[in-house]
Amino acid sequence: MTHSLEDITQQVIDRAKKSGATAADVMIREDDTFSVTVRIAEIETLKEAISRSLMLRVFLGQRTATSHTSDISGPVVERLVDETVEMARLTSEDESGGLPETAFFQNHFPDLNLLDPSWETLTPDERISLAVRTEKAAFETDKAITNSEGASFEYARSRVALANTTGFFGEYEGTTAALVCIPIAKSNSSMQRDYWMSAGRHRSQLEAPEEIGKKAAGRAIRRLGARKIPTCQVPIVFDPLSARSLLNHIFEAVSGSAIYRRSSFLVDQIGETVASSDVTIVDDARRPAGLGSSPFDDEGIPAQTTPIIERGVLRNYLQCAYTARKLRARPTGNGSRAASGVVTIGPTNFHLKEGTYAPDEIIRSVETGLYVVELIGFGVNMVTGDYSRGAVGIWIENGEFKYPVQEVTIAGNLRGMLKNIEMVGNDVTFVGSIAAPTLKIGKMVISGA
Amino acid sequence: MALSNSIFFEKHGVTTRDLEGYLSEALSRGGDYADLYFEYRINHSIVLEEQIIKSATKGVSLGAGVRVISGEKTGYAYSDDLNRQNILKAARTAAFIAHSSAVGGSLQIPTPLNQERNLYPVPAFPAELEIAAKIRLLQLSNEAARAYDPRIKQVQASYVDETKHILIATSDGRAAWDLQPLVRLNVMCIAEENGQRQSGYQGGGGRRALDVFTGDLDPGAIARESARQAILQLRAIDAPAGPMEVVLGPGWPGILLHEAIGHGLEADFNRKKTSAFAGLVGQKVGSELCTVVDDGTIPFRRGSLNMDDEGNPTHQTVLIEKGVLQGYLQDRLSSKLMKAPLTGNGRRQSYDHIPLPRMTNTFMMSGDSAPEDIIKSVTKGLYAVHFGGGQVDITSGKFVFTASEAYLIENGQITAPVKGATLIGDGPTVLRQVTAVGNDLKLDQGVGICGKEGQTIPVSVGLPTIKIREITVGGTEK
Repeated sequence: MTHSLEDITQQVIDRAKKSGATAADVMIREDDTFSVTVRIAEIETLKEAISRSLMLRVFLGQRTATSHTSDISGPVVERLVDETVEMARLTSEDESGGLPETAFFQNHFPDLNLLDPSWETLTPDERISLAVRTEKAAFETDKAITNSEGASFEYARSRVALANTTGFFGEYEGTTAALVCIPIAKSNSSMQRDYWMSAGRHRSQLEAPEEIGKKAAGRAIRRLGARKIPTCQVPIVFDPLSARSLLNHIFEAVSGSAIYRRSSFLVDQIGETVASSDVTIVDDARRPAGLGSSPFDDEGIPAQTTPIIERGVLRNYLQCAYTARKLRARPTGNGSRAASGVVTIGPTNFHLKEGTYAPDEIIRSVETGLYVVELIGFGVNMVTGDYSRGAVGIWIENGEFKYPVQEVTIAGNLRGMLKNIEMVGNDVTFVGSIAAPTLKIGKMVISGA
Repeated sequence: MALSNSIFFEKHGVTTRDLEGYLSEALSRGGDYADLYFEYRINHSIVLEEQIIKSATKGVSLGAGVRVISGEKTGYAYSDDLNRQNILKAARTAAFIAHSSAVGGSLQIPTPLNQERNLYPVPAFPAELEIAAKIRLLQLSNEAARAYDPRIKQVQASYVDETKHILIATSDGRAAWDLQPLVRLNVMCIAEENGQRQSGYQGGGGRRALDVFTGDLDPGAIARESARQAILQLRAIDAPAGPMEVVLGPGWPGILLHEAIGHGLEADFNRKKTSAFAGLVGQKVGSELCTVVDDGTIPFRRGSLNMDDEGNPTHQTVLIEKGVLQGYLQDRLSSKLMKAPLTGNGRRQSYDHIPLPRMTNTFMMSGDSAPEDIIKSVTKGLYAVHFGGGQVDITSGKFVFTASEAYLIENGQITAPVKGATLIGDGPTVLRQVTAVGNDLKLDQGVGICGKEGQTIPVSVGLPTIKIREITVGGTEK
């Protein structure tokens, strides 16, 4: 374990060449993780580990195979490299296969401020107390908070190294932390839970534990007494957490892999108006200290800022080297290695840019409608855009919250929903690599009693 | 199944003395209980797309997890290799949790359980089989799907397998190992006509070798079923909206049971009283027609296990008998704290995860109605026979799932296919609304993946044809 990641990746690359690979790349991830869950003021689980994984991709001309291992000791890796090359002999020639073109690689990387060394100064007890304080704040908010699924603090310090047979080598290190609180509120007739969380790379990016606990409690309490409402067609307001799931669908729909498979409702529409003119979506790998930022992607393509939708017009799909060749586009630096080692498309900081409205202005603009705080189920067909998901929310009348609603679905089609985004909030909330502000959509069908 | 025959003893040099040493380090700060979980897993994944074999992947994971329990507290750490110093370090890290506990647990020397039962005797494990034979399955699927109808424009077929060795040793004196095969074949088709695109999906597999892929699970049969669904969707109409009578077909629609009932009956949620089912044992939660079982002992099934991931044998557990709630699915921690018997449902994704109470194969027992009579009894409703996926909110009890193949029932007849109907309901009351149960129990074909707290595991579901008095259908047509 005293070898540097550069040495290990170089040994793998050398071995791959020796076994007959015409090209190869290898990525190693090392995560030093700490997580604690506190429930009703006591530690429930405490987990700490250093995990490693090595992901290899080899090419034999235009044939490819991949492998991954958690055991990076020399003999295991050498055997796996040989087996991977053998496996590549059995796959098919694919004219789009291969490493990215050498011209894309760079030697100098931007400093994206991904690492906060001050996390290391926190003792385990101080880390545990972050979770304790968060949950305590939730309980102290209101006596309706009678139970809890706990509050968790999770921290990871990660190192990533990537090398390939063209001589590219890059590595970076970053920290991420998240503080989550899931309180349960109870009344005579119902029990409800909700959550709030904050995440960041730096300590200064995290909301205070007391703030998180209080928000989470407020979210759970306002769901008490939720009822079904009759089937109707009304405007829908998505809070930033539920709007984030819409952005996730759009991310999937603009992924190069969905486009070449023609399994996206946004296929063949570059240059066309696909959303209302208030909608601008960007994938920005260069966002300083962003949760999804990195100096280069998992194939070594430098970090980029890619406009996806500009004022309603579709501009780009997201590409890795493979999908870019297939679709005759440029790689956008969105190559992402799944745990299996296979390269797919991943978001960096994929977000809908903030609009001009404060969230309460948006709520006040609704005569009757639903403010959605949670969506469940998988009722989204990416091929057609058909959309139908279970929703929990708060009924709005004359611009004011009236009562909570549950056991309903909201349905429509993503094409129509995007074009009917009438108001965009100024409250983009990053808790991961996909983010959105409050959004209002003109009309959708609510199916209920 | 002597420990010395396990790969960890044979190939990696682990000894009984090592196990004792790790466990005693884990209890060094006074925990009540400790266990070790060794895992060596090999998996393969091969994808066919656009008529070619696009990727082949092999994965190797090796590691050991150490858990220490002190009261309700769990400490966990793991090592990414079987190096002695690293496992000892993990044991010390996990032990940290117990620093405030006054009395420590005692260590009994782990002795092997006498395991006679093997639910998955296979001629060869997936890791040992030729890649070429696995590729052949994908090629047969691709040919069959495209031959089914010229409107099938895309076929994506994938094959995945897993060969998993595990060894468990506990401070209360048990040790056991198991070797678990798992294979799965999936076929996704896209049909195109007049600019409209629709998809279909079918898969199958189990804890077997490639011999599972015959009959209904023949690659051609799986591919044709996937193609049939995609073609059918081309003429599907928009789903209705509002409450209505719903008939669920046999087999995979058992996902409703898994989501709406099963998760709510996992012991951890009930011990913490965060489940809508908490405190309801002995009470009526469903109509008398409903008997629901979780059975981890069915040979070759995807959710079956000789032992769970805490080393306890799996059981057939009756969760609901004739509508009355009998008990919960237990892991060791919850069973101790709730003073309830173990059910062999402690499962984990891998050595880097803490075990949780989880389902195995979960289904409703057959009733006596003929399926065709159930359909005939409906004047206006929905007949749902295939599902995409589902999700539940354990606390409020609300569940949602999406039918990928469903039809209108009008005057006792199955009529037009509808697209993407989402069903939303309430777990604790949905079984009370069951008004007919068919005599045709069927388990799914072996594709279920269940997620909880970030851990995914293989499961099976099953159902006979059932009729539900009223469920809300979330379509766009009023």
